[in-house]
Amino acid sequence: MSTAVAAAAATSPYNERVVRMFTIATLFWGIVAFLAGTFIALQLAFPAFNLGLEWTTFGRLRPVHTSAAIFAFGGNALFATSLYVVQRTCRARLFGGDGLAEFLFWGYQLFIVLAASGYVLGITEGREYAEPEWYTDLWLTVVWVVYLLIFLGTLIKRKESHIYVANWFYLAFIVTVAVLHIGNNISVPVSFLGTKSYSLFSGVQDAMLQWWYGHNAVGFFLTAGFLGIMYYFVPKQANRPVYSYRLSVVHFWSLIFLYIWAGPHHLHYTALPDWTQTLGMTFSVMLWMPSWGGMINGLMTLSGAWDKLRTDPVLRFLVTSVGFYGMSTFEGPVMSIRSVNSLSHYTDWTIGHVHSGALGWVAFVSFGAMYYLVPRLWRRARVYSIRMIEWHYWLATIGIVLYIVPMWISGIMQGLMWRAYDDLGFLQFSFVETVAAMHPYYIVRAGAGGLFLLGALVMVYNMWRTARGDVRTETNLGTVAPVAA
Amino acid sequence: MAFFSNERFETNSIVLLLGIIVTVAIGGLVEIVPLFTIGETIEKVDGVRPYSPLELAGRNIYIREGCYLCHSQQIRPFRDEVERYGHYSLAAESMYDHPFQWGSKRTGPDLARVGGKYSNEWHVAHLIDPRSVVPESIMPPYAALAEHDLDVPNIAEHLKTLKIVGVPYTQDDVDNAAADLAAQANPDADTTALLARYPKAVTGDFDGDPKRLTEMDALVAYLQVLGRMVDFTTYRPEYDQNGGAGQ
Repeated sequence: MSTAVAAAAATSPYNERVVRMFTIATLFWGIVAFLAGTFIALQLAFPAFNLGLEWTTFGRLRPVHTSAAIFAFGGNALFATSLYVVQRTCRARLFGGDGLAEFLFWGYQLFIVLAASGYVLGITEGREYAEPEWYTDLWLTVVWVVYLLIFLGTLIKRKESHIYVANWFYLAFIVTVAVLHIGNNISVPVSFLGTKSYSLFSGVQDAMLQWWYGHNAVGFFLTAGFLGIMYYFVPKQANRPVYSYRLSVVHFWSLIFLYIWAGPHHLHYTALPDWTQTLGMTFSVMLWMPSWGGMINGLMTLSGAWDKLRTDPVLRFLVTSVGFYGMSTFEGPVMSIRSVNSLSHYTDWTIGHVHSGALGWVAFVSFGAMYYLVPRLWRRARVYSIRMIEWHYWLATIGIVLYIVPMWISGIMQGLMWRAYDDLGFLQFSFVETVAAMHPYYIVRAGAGGLFLLGALVMVYNMWRTARGDVRTETNLGTVAPVAA
Repeated sequence: MAFFSNERFETNSIVLLLGIIVTVAIGGLVEIVPLFTIGETIEKVDGVRPYSPLELAGRNIYIREGCYLCHSQQIRPFRDEVERYGHYSLAAESMYDHPFQWGSKRTGPDLARVGGKYSNEWHVAHLIDPRSVVPESIMPPYAALAEHDLDVPNIAEHLKTLKIVGVPYTQDDVDNAAADLAAQANPDADTTALLARYPKAVTGDFDGDPKRLTEMDALVAYLQVLGRMVDFTTYRPEYDQNGGAGQ
């Protein structure tokens, strides 16, 4: 730690050390997640990338990618921002002391390493986004309870009379994820010295629990938590108050109430009873409203500050993320309609939808927060290079577009090919013909992942130079010299 | 302050916490609890039985390798899916699946009724090198399965654990688990008792090497039983939950 940071840490009333640690972890795991994603995208385009080894097949590496993206990159971003925000908006140092915060950091990193190393070795519960085996689940439960204690304790000892809106979302995220994690991971180990366990529930009930969990991992981990980021960092970066207090109240309660119901839309036309599917679809469509309530509150916060988008690439990351949030929370309800889902389900359309949310919303809002945090946490005047933020922004944006558009095309195409009949009333395409048709789109998608990864590498270099205290002399791309009269 | 004012929540952390818990509990309770209490959630059918020890070991390999990430096991009640894969999936068919493996993506085809569609030899060749039998395939190769001996010394413990979570294995099943595991893939074994315990189990050598019991034997034994248990000659859907005409 440099002397400037050490001096600042001595005078800061807050625990910034743990926020710095989580920030570094966010950047590190972000690269891991994007690298793993690009690699498995290459495997789908060219199966030789499976390398003929049992540890590097798509089946074992795909959970490494999803867990790294959601829980390692997204999770560390949520820890970094929530612990930063809760201290400042409560004017209180973290509850439980610096030691507990340190435990939270290392405990969570251990969870990630346990989970990811298990997948590579074939240790998995076989439930999407909840793959870690029973011992890793137990460890995460301990870590998560500590997180709840630290966060709630800090809220309780706050010196502000009101709890700031970002903290409502963070608290809803922490509490609900705890409930989901425990509810979906009840299993009985075969032996206490072995890794294998069997889930308590089976078949149709297990499917419902899994997607109650799975959809709300999206709803609370990837949405409520990141809305917490939006509600602090967008107003801060734009230097404007949140657009509407009333809207934030209405959309907070309606969002958390409605999200929980949406899980069954992952199980349309399956053996799950009709009534459950219908409930899931109905609430998914209703969910469009609070989602857009949040988007409007985020975007309208820029009222009177829209001009800053031309000159401030950090704000552009944040605003673009809210735009992608609006787009994917419109696309989601559309895909949850049963007749649409009959086409989209099991295809790449779902994969594209997830990535417009994960890359466009979750990653972009995190990038914006990282660019905001790093110069402040390391006491620097500004980010090392504004031009590099611009480069990151465009590399990542082009990467997202080149990801989601091919997935729309390939997904809808494959769905249509599966159900196509020829003139004689026979199925027109064999399954493998539809696989072959995906090939060009998979190549473009892998390239898109590469662009997104490249952008993130530019960010990491930029952040490293910022933390070192370097400032690059440059003319801001967005600053145009005034024309002489 | 009015009773329902948000000020109550945003000025008291515990009230906010409780408010969140109550709000998020409702949807989950309404959708999940009735699935355990409404009897017709799982239809009554003939033929669905717990997995034999070898099939179970194969299923655990299927989970270990993450097959569910590219293959669904859930046929939807559409004309094209029924013609491509077979009768739409019933809830009863996965009632002993801990965990369920319905999947969410078809990078490869649905496997709910793959049992009996291909020969053992085809499966082995396909798993060792998918492109040797399907040139356009993008599936990873699983040649190592044929090289690894099947190593489940505590198979009886697996059955006991599944008994705890509700699978109706008998004491007889548990006692004979290790013997059944070996017998199913041994072409010279007497499988009468095995077939009495696990009707319709496919027996004999699977991986082309009758002297060894490999992970390939187990996985192929599992694939060959998928979708084969229900006796559709006696199945009469009294209540067709998916909106189609019942019989």
